Amino acid sequence: MYFPISGLHVNPVWLMTAGFIIGILGGFFGVGGSFLAGPVLFALGVPMNYVVGTDLAHIVGKSIVAAKKHRALGNVDIKLGMLMVVGTIAGVETGAQGIQFLKRHADVDLVVALVFLVVLLGISAFVGWESWQTLKARRVGGELASSPTLTGGRLKRDESILGYVSTAIYRFNLPPMINLPVSGIERISLWVILAVAFIGGAFSGFLGGGAGYIRMPMMVYLLGVPTHVAVGTDLFEIVISAGYGTVTHALKGNVDILIALVMHTGAAVGAQIGAELTEYFHGPRIRMAFVPLPLIGAALLIYTLVTGHHFK
Amino acid sequence: MSTPSKTPAFGPLLVQLIVYALFLLAYFFLVLQFLGDWLKRVAEHDRVEYAAAALGLIVAQGIALELLTSLLLRVARRRSR
Repeated sequence: MYFPISGLHVNPVWLMTAGFIIGILGGFFGVGGSFLAGPVLFALGVPMNYVVGTDLAHIVGKSIVAAKKHRALGNVDIKLGMLMVVGTIAGVETGAQGIQFLKRHADVDLVVALVFLVVLLGISAFVGWESWQTLKARRVGGELASSPTLTGGRLKRDESILGYVSTAIYRFNLPPMINLPVSGIERISLWVILAVAFIGGAFSGFLGGGAGYIRMPMMVYLLGVPTHVAVGTDLFEIVISAGYGTVTHALKGNVDILIALVMHTGAAVGAQIGAELTEYFHGPRIRMAFVPLPLIGAALLIYTLVTGHHFK
Repeated sequence: MSTPSKTPAFGPLLVQLIVYALFLLAYFFLVLQFLGDWLKRVAEHDRVEYAAAALGLIVAQGIALELLTSLLLRVARRRSR
């Protein structure tokens, strides 16, 4: 199929299939799925600046579906999500300006692909290590930080071997201090929330998608938000950040909305299935299952960079 | 804690997927094919209008497909009972 906005020929079946798989994974893990969508679009021959902008647009449509499902399940901390919006939008704009700079002064495909690669490998290694340590500590009856939360009328608990990190962050007393009952956080500095949101937004604007692959781990490990609430709140946040990212990248000529629409048709149904699956699993096991996904994206990137071959 | 508490029913999901695929095929040929030229013109002449159209289209599609998939899932579940 010919996509006149970017002037590319891409097989729509590839796009819809990729969207479907990414939809399931995104709905389940609460990330937009850009850790796979970006490398897949690049492997299909889409230039990196279009990958970033188009992926953001596709994520908007998909995350609306998944966020609504998670909201119904009581997994969204609206207060935390709204507070993060400011930092996220500033971050997205910073990332988008970075892409514009690279378009003018460097090989945008190579630089973005290499940064993506480093991020994917780093996230996968870190989440794998932490989940493994948490499950191991639980097996031998070790002491774990546990945060109780009331969501959807049910009390859920979550555990992490790195619970001490968020405990240390709670001692950072720069006002204003915020209370987040849905996430089980009594007191946390607004500046910490904004910093986490800004970093997530910058990755979103620079690498495309919602950057849930970095925002969700930061919410769990730094803010101490339980995994299932981080999943839902991250999706809520992604709708807003990716919406802003779509507009700013469209203004800069980096969005082929037709590619996004075709990809999203597959993602819509996948996201429904993925969100349903979170009812059956939670805690460190979700995080452990997340580990191989960035590695698949990394493998696709390495293959495309090394061979220059595109699956059209 | 992380042991699955119930088994998902995949029958209704399969029915949903088949009906959904048919809807998609119709949508693909009736709508997306005709949008291409108009969007290209807008993208070339007015970036602000294109950005608004892009966001509007993906949000509208997101909501429409969510309603469609929810409806199909409800119907499929009712029939499977």
